[in-house]
Amino acid sequence: MGVIYEAFLLITEPYTLGVMLLAAIFGLFVGSMPGLTATMAAALLIPFTFFMDPVPAIAIVVTAVAMAIFAGDIPGALLRIPGTPASAAYCDESYAMTRKGLAQRALGISLVTSVIGGLTGSVVLSLSAPALAEFAIQFSSFEYFWLACLGLSCAVIISTGSTIKGVVSLMIGLFVATIGIDITAGHPRFTFGSVELMGGISFIPAMIGMFAISEILRYFIAKPVDTSHIEQQPGGSVFRGLWPILKKYKLNIVRGSSIGAIIGILPGAGADIAAWISFAISKKFSKEPEKFGTGHPEGLVDAGSANNASLAGAWVPATVFGIPGDSITAIVIGVLYMKGMNPGPMVFLNNPELIYAVFMSFFIANLALLPLGFGAIKLSRQILKIPQQVLMPVILIFCIVGSFAINNTVFGVTVMLVFGLLAFVMEENGFPVAPAILGIVLGGMLEDNFMSSMIKADGDILGFFSRPISATLGIVTLAIWILPLVAAYLRRRRRLAAD
Amino acid sequence: MRFNDAVIGLVLIVFAIAEIAYTQTFPRLYGQDYGPDLFPILIGVGLIVCGVILVAQGIAARGTSPAMLLGDWAQDRRKLTNLFLLIASVLIYILFSTAIGFIPLSLLILTVLMIRLGTSAMLSVAVAVAATFFIHTMFAKLLLVPLPWGVLLPIAW
Repeated sequence: MGVIYEAFLLITEPYTLGVMLLAAIFGLFVGSMPGLTATMAAALLIPFTFFMDPVPAIAIVVTAVAMAIFAGDIPGALLRIPGTPASAAYCDESYAMTRKGLAQRALGISLVTSVIGGLTGSVVLSLSAPALAEFAIQFSSFEYFWLACLGLSCAVIISTGSTIKGVVSLMIGLFVATIGIDITAGHPRFTFGSVELMGGISFIPAMIGMFAISEILRYFIAKPVDTSHIEQQPGGSVFRGLWPILKKYKLNIVRGSSIGAIIGILPGAGADIAAWISFAISKKFSKEPEKFGTGHPEGLVDAGSANNASLAGAWVPATVFGIPGDSITAIVIGVLYMKGMNPGPMVFLNNPELIYAVFMSFFIANLALLPLGFGAIKLSRQILKIPQQVLMPVILIFCIVGSFAINNTVFGVTVMLVFGLLAFVMEENGFPVAPAILGIVLGGMLEDNFMSSMIKADGDILGFFSRPISATLGIVTLAIWILPLVAAYLRRRRRLAAD
Repeated sequence: MRFNDAVIGLVLIVFAIAEIAYTQTFPRLYGQDYGPDLFPILIGVGLIVCGVILVAQGIAARGTSPAMLLGDWAQDRRKLTNLFLLIASVLIYILFSTAIGFIPLSLLILTVLMIRLGTSAMLSVAVAVAATFFIHTMFAKLLLVPLPWGVLLPIAW
């Protein structure tokens, strides 16, 4: 109990709660601006975390992101433009409700289901991560090697679009991770004499580039967002008439939250995929699927809880294994290393009070979402009137300063620009970015664990199957690689036979 | 700007071959089969395999997908100028921030980009001044990030 109390003291420090409140307002703002994503909110907060203690540093990211994912629903309902990709699955549905004069109710449903989903995800995280960590304490380099393989494979499989492009994206990420001094031989790889590259590509500027600069680039070539057709602030109360809907769809809330949490745990898939899948499932199993698309609340309930639940789910593999569950936790892992809370089972043993304080920040953030989200709904028209052509250049300067601040060298700004352009070109050509990010984060872990396993096993590749857990993980990984190929081959043969 | 998959595939193959060739300069570990060149070689081989598949797919789809498809933005001179100005701003910051300093460059970049995106000159200058001094105060004064003073060094505060 001592640890829990210590964690509680850490998270309820006035300074921590104060910065969480500021981060919440920032998150609500970023989420409700179309074109600014929750991941971008996390990336923009990183420069501030340099100067904070571990708990407030992580707590501000948790808070901002939880707020941003809900706030993304606001322009979705009022303008039919999702504020973040996680709201895209159901913005047609909530806009249809707005057209029926039910904007406040649509946003009320989004808000309450976001809070419930977020809290459910927090419970899943706080219960499963410590249990998993206890199990993971016995893992050696063999198991970690396979876990990294599994995480990377999962990111490719779940990524949107063509699998082959997902693999290319992953390879690009893994290549980026090899840049710098290699650990086994101490030889600089692909640095071409640059001292700045010796330590490897700085992770934070790369993330700011991929998530913020690429969005700014896209804004500069996009059609201007038209906010003139925003609906007049409709009457009615946000919470009136909500209870019967929530009661009617209570099972949907449970289903959406669970699906969200599980998809969050899977590496490489985050809130946007959670919302798409749970919205589709909601429609498939609905008693009245014909009502979907006409402003029917059922899908909103499912998907609204799923995307917030996935946020906390993504932290399970991130804290226990250092494998990011989504793009936000990919950034967070960078912060964890910077703050000396290296992800892995040891952090649960050595600094349990820190990790429990982080888990508590999830509960606080999701509870605070209720009143703060209500305020954001009330102020939504004013927020949406802020001109983006003023905002985007300011964000650019902010990104430049943030990338500079990590090492106080202008080289960080170069890294930011290169990775921003890379992500921009990749997405233009249908290459998913998520596998590349996982490759960058997990490349080092993959290679280090492979090399130390090889030394332990004296070069014998069968060593990777010599321990029971490692053998199981290895077989699962190989099955994931081979089965789709076999299935594709069989399908092709059958098609040829049929012709 | 969408390229045909075959073009991307070729670029990947060329890159991978160069990458693998470069790994041959890496030292070998004494008494070990696996050295620092192993992972880069595996990645290169993976890229070549993917590149070949992309080339095959791209050739198969060449009827519908030209070597390079300019999207609507790439044919729009105004948007291309937007993109060019944005990238040029960051490049100028990278090259000249130490000499010129954060404050003048930030004022310049903000004003130019905002006017370019259609903000009125008055508002652009006002926001540029406010945002620059806000960011400078926050990072340089409160968070102690050594943002370069450049030409303003004599009057640094």
